[in-house]
Amino acid sequence: MKSKWLILFMVFSLFLVACGGGSDEAAVEEVVEEEPAETLDSPATTAAPAEPVEDPKSICLVLDIGGLGDLSFNDLAYSGYQKAIEDFGMVGTFLEPDGGGENRGELLELCAEAGNDLIVGNGFLFDASMNEVAPNYPEINFAITDGVAEPSNVRGMLFKHAEGSFLAGVAAALKTQTNNVGFIGGVDFPLIHEFEQGFIAGVEAINPDITIQIGYASVPPDFSGFNDQVKGKEIALAQYEAGADIIYHAAGGTGTGMFQAAKEVSEATGSKVWGIGVDFDQYYQVGTPLPELQEYILTSMVKAADVSIYNAAKATVEGNFTGGANVDDLSTGGVYLSYSGGYIDDIKDVIEDYKEKIISGEIVPPSVRP
Amino acid sequence: MKIRFRLVSVSAPIIALTVSFGLSSLILLTIGKDPYETFKIMFEYGIRGKSIVSIVNRSIPLYISAIAVAVGFKMGLFNIGVEGQYLMGSLIAAYIGAQFSVITPLHVLFIIIVAVATSSLWAAIAGYLKVEKGIHEVISTIMLNYIGTGLIAYSLTTIFDEPNSNYDLPRTKELPETGKMPPLNKFFNIEDLQDLHGFLVIAVLVGIFYYWLVWKTTLGFDLRITGSNPIAAKFSGINPKRLVVIAMITSGAFAGLVGLAPLLGYFHRFTIDFPTGLGFAGIGVALLGRNHPFGMAVGALLFAFLQRSAQILDLNDVPKEIEQMMQAFILLIVVVFYEVIRRFLVKQQIKDASKRTDE
Repeated sequence: MKSKWLILFMVFSLFLVACGGGSDEAAVEEVVEEEPAETLDSPATTAAPAEPVEDPKSICLVLDIGGLGDLSFNDLAYSGYQKAIEDFGMVGTFLEPDGGGENRGELLELCAEAGNDLIVGNGFLFDASMNEVAPNYPEINFAITDGVAEPSNVRGMLFKHAEGSFLAGVAAALKTQTNNVGFIGGVDFPLIHEFEQGFIAGVEAINPDITIQIGYASVPPDFSGFNDQVKGKEIALAQYEAGADIIYHAAGGTGTGMFQAAKEVSEATGSKVWGIGVDFDQYYQVGTPLPELQEYILTSMVKAADVSIYNAAKATVEGNFTGGANVDDLSTGGVYLSYSGGYIDDIKDVIEDYKEKIISGEIVPPSVRP
Repeated sequence: MKIRFRLVSVSAPIIALTVSFGLSSLILLTIGKDPYETFKIMFEYGIRGKSIVSIVNRSIPLYISAIAVAVGFKMGLFNIGVEGQYLMGSLIAAYIGAQFSVITPLHVLFIIIVAVATSSLWAAIAGYLKVEKGIHEVISTIMLNYIGTGLIAYSLTTIFDEPNSNYDLPRTKELPETGKMPPLNKFFNIEDLQDLHGFLVIAVLVGIFYYWLVWKTTLGFDLRITGSNPIAAKFSGINPKRLVVIAMITSGAFAGLVGLAPLLGYFHRFTIDFPTGLGFAGIGVALLGRNHPFGMAVGALLFAFLQRSAQILDLNDVPKEIEQMMQAFILLIVVVFYEVIRRFLVKQQIKDASKRTDE
């Protein structure tokens, strides 16, 4: 009898563990939900459009694993989606997938059946389901972040991460006092290698003798490295201890741990160390809810996926949406280095110089590992 | 007595369903949503053609997973390792199945055999540990799940990985056309809908086989006897050690089939997107269905229905997490109710017996 109850207890603790991940996310969600609105300098309300539009267009955003509150590409997409709703008076829906890929296509289909005008699949994992669903709805516009799909009504929103990361590397190399910098990647796979390789090339363009430490939070198929603050702090502490005074992260929510480590190390040793943010302008995105970290955020490599989604929505409203690959880089302003905080204003000339060289094609930052 | 117990067995899930709908309604009311409207939307969406195909597709792995768990339950073994077992089986089967090409029936059969063999070997470890080292199967299978996940992560990115252009996401080579199981749409004349997994046929066969194995064979008899009274079983000449290993291997063999419906019918390769969590979901379905092949089929369809119909909720401003709460309510209430009934019946039996001895 006793053992039966023990087993029952274990089953339920298992269910709790299984459900635990979900409820944690939900908790984070509430905290962060207002944030994207703030980074976009717009009121937090989404319900009421600025001016009522007759026959409003509709947008459906399908987020990826991690969902809202990941401080990374889901939040980024959400902020672009929200701004589109406000500015164009669109009707918006956003969905989060269950685990397992079959659900992605199902959700895209659901959005399509509900008669949305624009459907955004957030993340490269959507490519297969886009190929499956989009051809059946030729009158609907589709968009996919960080990927491309075959059907002509799908816009692939790609970013040259290496170009922005190159500039982050230039800034780090010019600012380092110890000739030692670090890089923290979220998950060790080719998308993040673009950030890593660009950064290394940027550092080496200034001074090839600088030591570069590289760390990753997880390896695929484990994608927890994009939202693991503890791991981020751990890796950052180790890199700072080994002499780095600036670390660039491309790890989503994991990066918050890095900024915490920067604060801790700076306070403990008395000499200031820095972190470089990614995706958002993290001087505001991390610095607004956590003002004590703001002074350690040297700069951010901004990837304006929110703007891409906003532009896709704009094109849908204006009726000039086009499919196919749409590449954003330094020249389009879809990728750029932020000057928020003013910590790198003194080296602005050099950075702008390199930016021009990249745009003109004189320098081509590598995006794959040699 | 028997009839009364049967009645109770059937009424328990119905009561659980009603109560859990009630509790969910209360929760919906507290967050300011109309429960009637919500359930109506869910139901209307859930009975559309596409939804029904999706529900059947979802229920196939759930059902097989429940059977894998139930085989263990029948002899008092708790195999929590179905999760790790089916993932291991699916990975190896996906990899080996993609290496060659023969005519479809042979190819599919081969993939099934590989998956079943891998999963039952993985489960056999837990059986061995229990028999030889006295480690409780709950502990060892949980640990084997972790080890399995780690092994899969490592081998998928190294040994089994097929380099590809999509950011080189870890995945195995795609199964050749002959290794894909044809859908059943033609058979049911529903060619305008999405693919209905051909594995449905196998799931039905597995259900029948499970019934035959547990209730019509000597092995099944031994399993059930050991489950209900291990001491009596031992004295009647059953070798418990041998039986534990056999039961774990059988449970693992069923587990091997869990991942094959999505593998052969949809993904055609093992990727990081491959569905996880089916092993744990199966425990719930087995509890709900009382280890009975028909009960578990109803349970799997019910859970699949809830999962599918909840997808529409986000579009109607109702959080779809309500569906997970409903599943949890149903399980909790069913388990508690079964236990209450069992105690009541035991008391009744004792009373009857003492009455008879008095006479």
